[in-house]
Amino acid sequence: MTLFPFASPFRSGHAMSTQHRDDAIAHTAASVSAAPGAVEANAFKIRARDVNVFYGDKQALFDVNLDVPGKSVTAFIGPSGCGKSTFLRCINRMNDTIPSAKVTGAIEIDGNDVNAKSVDPVVLRSRVGMVFQKPNPFPKTIFENVAYGPRIHGLATGKAELEAIVESSLKKAGLWNEVSDRLHQPGTGLSGGQQQRLVIARAIAVSPEVILMDEPCSALDPIATARIEELIDELRSQFCIVIVTHSMAQAARVSQKTAFFHMGKLVESGATEDMFTNPRDSRTQDYITGRFG
Amino acid sequence: MLTWLSLLFLALFSAAAFMAGRGRALKASGGSAARLHSLPNYYGSYAALWAGAPAALLLLLGMMFGGRVEDALLQRERPAAIAGMTVDRQDVFFSDVQAVASGQAASEVTYDGDERLAFDAKVAESRRISGIVRYSLLAAAGLVALGGLLLALPRIGTEFRARNRVEGWIAGVLIACSVAAVLTTLGIVLSLVWESWRFFQSVPVLDFLLGTEWSPQIAMRADQVAGAGAFGAVPLFVGTFLIMFIAMLVAAPVGLYSAIYLSEYANRGLRSTIKPLLEILAGVPTVVYGFFAALTVGPLFRAGFNAIGAQLVGGPLDGIGQYLMQVQNQMALVAGVVMGIMLIPFVSSLSDDIINAVPQSLRDGSYAMGATKSETIKRVVLPAALPGSWPPCCWPCRAPSARP
Repeated sequence: MTLFPFASPFRSGHAMSTQHRDDAIAHTAASVSAAPGAVEANAFKIRARDVNVFYGDKQALFDVNLDVPGKSVTAFIGPSGCGKSTFLRCINRMNDTIPSAKVTGAIEIDGNDVNAKSVDPVVLRSRVGMVFQKPNPFPKTIFENVAYGPRIHGLATGKAELEAIVESSLKKAGLWNEVSDRLHQPGTGLSGGQQQRLVIARAIAVSPEVILMDEPCSALDPIATARIEELIDELRSQFCIVIVTHSMAQAARVSQKTAFFHMGKLVESGATEDMFTNPRDSRTQDYITGRFG
Repeated sequence: MLTWLSLLFLALFSAAAFMAGRGRALKASGGSAARLHSLPNYYGSYAALWAGAPAALLLLLGMMFGGRVEDALLQRERPAAIAGMTVDRQDVFFSDVQAVASGQAASEVTYDGDERLAFDAKVAESRRISGIVRYSLLAAAGLVALGGLLLALPRIGTEFRARNRVEGWIAGVLIACSVAAVLTTLGIVLSLVWESWRFFQSVPVLDFLLGTEWSPQIAMRADQVAGAGAFGAVPLFVGTFLIMFIAMLVAAPVGLYSAIYLSEYANRGLRSTIKPLLEILAGVPTVVYGFFAALTVGPLFRAGFNAIGAQLVGGPLDGIGQYLMQVQNQMALVAGVVMGIMLIPFVSSLSDDIINAVPQSLRDGSYAMGATKSETIKRVVLPAALPGSWPPCCWPCRAPSARP
């Protein structure tokens, strides 16, 4: 099952244009923190060019241009309604489920436009996992929750293989030790933090390349939040992770690159360290210092 | 007539009590509503309720049971002239007395001699009793109304919690309404139990449960001619279950699938057209379905089966052919199918409600895993909506979905 069967329409000369200079900085920052060697091949996993999103007549995103490095964590910050979740949902085409939503511009994963006619959103989403704000385990057992993706995509040929996938996914999500003796109890019976790790395990069970997280900790207490952040840091060596967060402290803790959205526009993006110590735009400065109106 | 007039009068009295209560409260507070515990209208309502409600209740009880009291008073003493009659004839006598006394048509029985004298005496007595009962009821209602007002008015003052009291009355009315429903149900159950008890006094329980013949024509009185009667309920149960089974076979899949289509696939415009049309089905009277079954579906099915049977007769499936040739309009299949059609809107709107109650976050979670719409529906939405065992009617839905 190849995701993008067609040749890349992306021109490589575009990457280092001055307009995206800051992304190159982020790239360097990411390559320092991630495993060296693998980084070059995954340099920019996701590239967005002139992305506009409309909900009916209302425009939610204006000309967003952003490069997201592979095998690292990119955080989207910004006030409520700024369009950061909207942009996240463009990456795996979840906006397709909203009838009035319209997306223009190009979003490329490994150089292939996700909105191209040849791309089946169903296949795209098996490569781009998503974790939502509120834990949403299916009303099934813990095992069945994790086995859901492998089952619908036919990733396991036998029971043993399926069990192996479930076990390794739960281990990667740091949940195995807590649930290994009750795999066949309902997933909805877990605590909020455990549920969120369960849906992360569910997402990584299909071995996606990208994991999108839409405020994954906003419904959790500080201890569960710390556990998830730890997990994100562990997963970064294997996946390209994009996280939307309201907490600037969280963005600073878990991400290597940060993008600040405001009023549907991408105001500034760059290496997280630079963004928080030396923001270039006054709006970014106001937001991260808490002075925003 | 008199009672209705008195109710109207009571309503006027109650309105006057409202004004009196309100006025008294305002007077007590020196004209300033802010100094009162409750708004002035609550004081008025309090006085009106005490003046009106108990008396109205008394009048209604009088309307319901006054006749019984009159009967009892009238029949307390049975004249010697009719002592020789049978109990049935005596009942006719008294009902004639009351009919004549109230100026309505009596039966065609004629009374002569002593009977005539006794009849006339009773007619006069009936009129007297009727007058006494009626006027004493009115007097009692008047006293109760006045008493209620006199009880309520002195309580009214600035500190009096009229709002809480009035709300207490409202709560009482609400309780009475809900209790009425419960009592009605209880009454139905008790009367069923009682009648069943009487039924099983004359028909053995085992004959009823295991008997295979149902012909309930029996003689109710000694002089009637009828069959011996048989009360085997098995044919009734079997017929009911068969029709129910066929009906569910039609209604469950069609209803469920239409609900799935309407809630998951149809766009808003289509949904707002189809859903009301489907709900119109629920509003069609059952009699119409009966006609539909008897005049349209029955003959259609019979013609179809007979035609198939005619093709099969003489062939290897001769037996089935012979059977199909004989089917009638009244076959259970017709009743079952039409009943199934009748049930579609109920199944559909029930399923629709349950499916809509499944949170969108579960659907999003499934789509985000790369599931198609039909995988999401059959693996996440329906299991969440209909927990427990999967009804067999949904097996077709498990067919593998087309995937590119």
